[in-house]
Amino acid sequence: MKTLQKFTLLSLIVLFAAGCNTNTKTANDGALGSDAASRVYVKPGTYDEFYAFLSGGFSGQISVYGLPSGRLFRVIPIFSVDPEKGYGFNEETKPMLNTSHGFVPWDDAHHPELSQTNGETDGRWIFINGNNTPRIARVDLTTFETAEILEIPNSGGNHSSPFATENTEYLVAGTRFSVPFPQKDMPIKDYKGNFKGALSFIKVNPETGNMNVEFQVLMPGFDYDLAHSGKGKSHGWTFFTTYNTEEGNSLLEVNASQNDKDFIAAINWKKAEEYIKAGKFREIPANYAHNVYNDKTHSATSTMIKTVRVLIPEECPGLVYFLPTPKSPHGVDVDPTGEYIIGNGKLSTDLTVHSFTKVLKAIEDKNYDGEAYGIPILKMDAIVGGVVKDAGLGPLHTEFDNQGNAYTSMFISSEVVKWKVGTWEILDRAPTYYSIGHLMIPGGDTKKPDGKYLVALNKITKDRFLPTGPELTQSAQLFDISGNKMELLLDFPTIGEPHYAQGIAASKIQSKSLKYYPLAENEHPFATKTEKDTKVEREGNNVHVYMTTIRSHFSPDNIEGIKVGDKVYFHITNLEQDWDVPHGFAVMGAQNAELLIMPGQTETLVWEPKQEGVIPIYCTDFCSALHQEMQGYVRVSAKNSNVPLKWSLGE
Amino acid sequence: MKVLPRIIMAAAALLLLLVFVFPIWQITLLAPQYPEGVTLYIWVDKLTGNQPSTLQNINILNHYVGMKFIVPDSIPELSYFPKIIYGMIGLGLLIALIGKRHLYYIWSLILGILGILGLYDFYLWEYDYGHNLSSTAPIKVPGMAYQPPLFGEKMLLNFTAQSYPETATYVFAVAIFMGYLAFRFSKKKT
Repeated sequence: MKTLQKFTLLSLIVLFAAGCNTNTKTANDGALGSDAASRVYVKPGTYDEFYAFLSGGFSGQISVYGLPSGRLFRVIPIFSVDPEKGYGFNEETKPMLNTSHGFVPWDDAHHPELSQTNGETDGRWIFINGNNTPRIARVDLTTFETAEILEIPNSGGNHSSPFATENTEYLVAGTRFSVPFPQKDMPIKDYKGNFKGALSFIKVNPETGNMNVEFQVLMPGFDYDLAHSGKGKSHGWTFFTTYNTEEGNSLLEVNASQNDKDFIAAINWKKAEEYIKAGKFREIPANYAHNVYNDKTHSATSTMIKTVRVLIPEECPGLVYFLPTPKSPHGVDVDPTGEYIIGNGKLSTDLTVHSFTKVLKAIEDKNYDGEAYGIPILKMDAIVGGVVKDAGLGPLHTEFDNQGNAYTSMFISSEVVKWKVGTWEILDRAPTYYSIGHLMIPGGDTKKPDGKYLVALNKITKDRFLPTGPELTQSAQLFDISGNKMELLLDFPTIGEPHYAQGIAASKIQSKSLKYYPLAENEHPFATKTEKDTKVEREGNNVHVYMTTIRSHFSPDNIEGIKVGDKVYFHITNLEQDWDVPHGFAVMGAQNAELLIMPGQTETLVWEPKQEGVIPIYCTDFCSALHQEMQGYVRVSAKNSNVPLKWSLGE
Repeated sequence: MKVLPRIIMAAAALLLLLVFVFPIWQITLLAPQYPEGVTLYIWVDKLTGNQPSTLQNINILNHYVGMKFIVPDSIPELSYFPKIIYGMIGLGLLIALIGKRHLYYIWSLILGILGILGLYDFYLWEYDYGHNLSSTAPIKVPGMAYQPPLFGEKMLLNFTAQSYPETATYVFAVAIFMGYLAFRFSKKKT
């Protein structure tokens, strides 16, 4: 027994030492050997070369970083309320989070997707999916604010989304969880054959960016995991990976891992457009929210939409084909030419690459291996363009550079593997710390990748940073991929858990960034454009305060005649017309949040005073030398008092 | 009677139309927080800035030290200076028609004097804004005035104020010189 203990101890020490050695060696050599520090150093006052947009996962946000510095610029609240900015708390943005389930203040945001023109990122918008309560959001990249959120009907979890087509004609929204169609009360064990998976195509207006659910394809009850739209020669198609083609409804880690092959579902959306035009769709009742923010009224509206158009594959031949792909493929990625479709079979060690040319040929020759629910299954041998052998353990996602190379993340073996598209040979491996999920090369999923940097998005950090208790940060790791070998340059912590990310040359966004909202264009119904128009009006128990801010005072800053039981609407217009001069607004005891009002904007905070007294208000954003003086008082009287309504400034 | 001097005189008069196309003077305020600077352009008939909201932003800065708000409507010069310019254009064209040699000289002289008076007037406004400070100003620095320079650079608390002529000033100078040229060229040959 003692010997065994000694042996165990000894082997542990050896293992530990070996582990330490390899880790430190790689990290140190990488950094010191190539002067990594100077390559990520962006001199104070100068700009990064790229914007990076990292999803926040369960934070429901997107965080905006600079590359190569890894500096954090902004966190954009999208599906999650944000008390810092008043998002989801002020009256103007509450409708943004409306859904068919009511107000949902949170979501799990996974895959940011930049808008594209001709298969290249254009810097107009960034879209992101909400996985939990199925939604897609659009962020305007002139304001870096959430401009629109569209709920997805008949979806159980919007994971394979948004993955734009090459001119942002469509975004896609495939359900990860199949659900009864239409939703109804039924036994879970009757899943097989009765649950369905809807793949939605979201049309994007090329001028305004406004989104609508153009149609859905009603698919068998698999799990639709990820997607990418075709480009170049495969433009017109979108590819969705599936798992759980076993259609299990419990213990999926076992029951969904039985089939040797699952499918990549290839949807011919140009064909779908033809079927829609020919009227071969079913218009079915639905109930989903469409929320749009207006930059002129500075307010959002929420509209419930009551129908959706559905295409049934059995009724629409040529609309969908299944591409057999080994072992529960996770990511599906299309190379810059559009020829190769990479299935990252997460339970396999090989990467299966389908050739789009061969797929078309197999379709033409009707080279089928049976069908599933009326959808032809193409013969695997006929469509495989190549296999990357022994690539690594747990391949999840692949991005591309502009030299014909591909980079695949390996979750289990915790590394990035570089391989050559066409020859399928492995060129390089770089360890990640630890357990990489997605990876991102700016433009790496478009026709024009910018092959300078790669960002690994890691799930686990353990010992990489100073510890912060049980909950540790996730991380991003920056690699230089301009040479033959990948070089680790930088680790940086992230907000939430980054799933996918997008990167874009700063020059495509920087000059279009808005500095402030022109006050003259403010169409908010409660806007106050000059101090002399400020007022307080009572309508029963509702009191509307038309207030303005300018350095360094509120107008009015003394208000009397408010009573317990009133509902007070502070409509605050920031009269400033200069860059970087927001004002904040806070009321003692307010049960929602503060306001953070951009120059030229109007925002509304509702306050329901519960007790008599004189309540301070103040500016929360250090606006000027006299910021501390930017304060005021609201007198709250008893419910039945007759203190007259009165407001003033400087009296 | 020579034709060339008349043409030069008429051209000089018409050149003054450019005064309505370009600003006369500019004052720029520079501070670390204002890397692009805040530039106020003074025109014969209006005040503008390097941004649509420059005047409001200058007034916000000025109010800390108790300077009056700059309100274009309260500056009468902006309404009557254009009339003087139109007068000088009309007068110049008339003189070109008459073609009397000494009138060219007199026109230049008048324009020169008007220019100097205009500058003096500008100085008076600057003096007024810089010295006539509110007694309740939040920031009071004993002995400090905030008059920007007429020409050149001056430190005003955290701001460097730069004041320099703009295109329309050079238009004036060229017009004056052209009047003088008309005078020279119409000299009888001996």
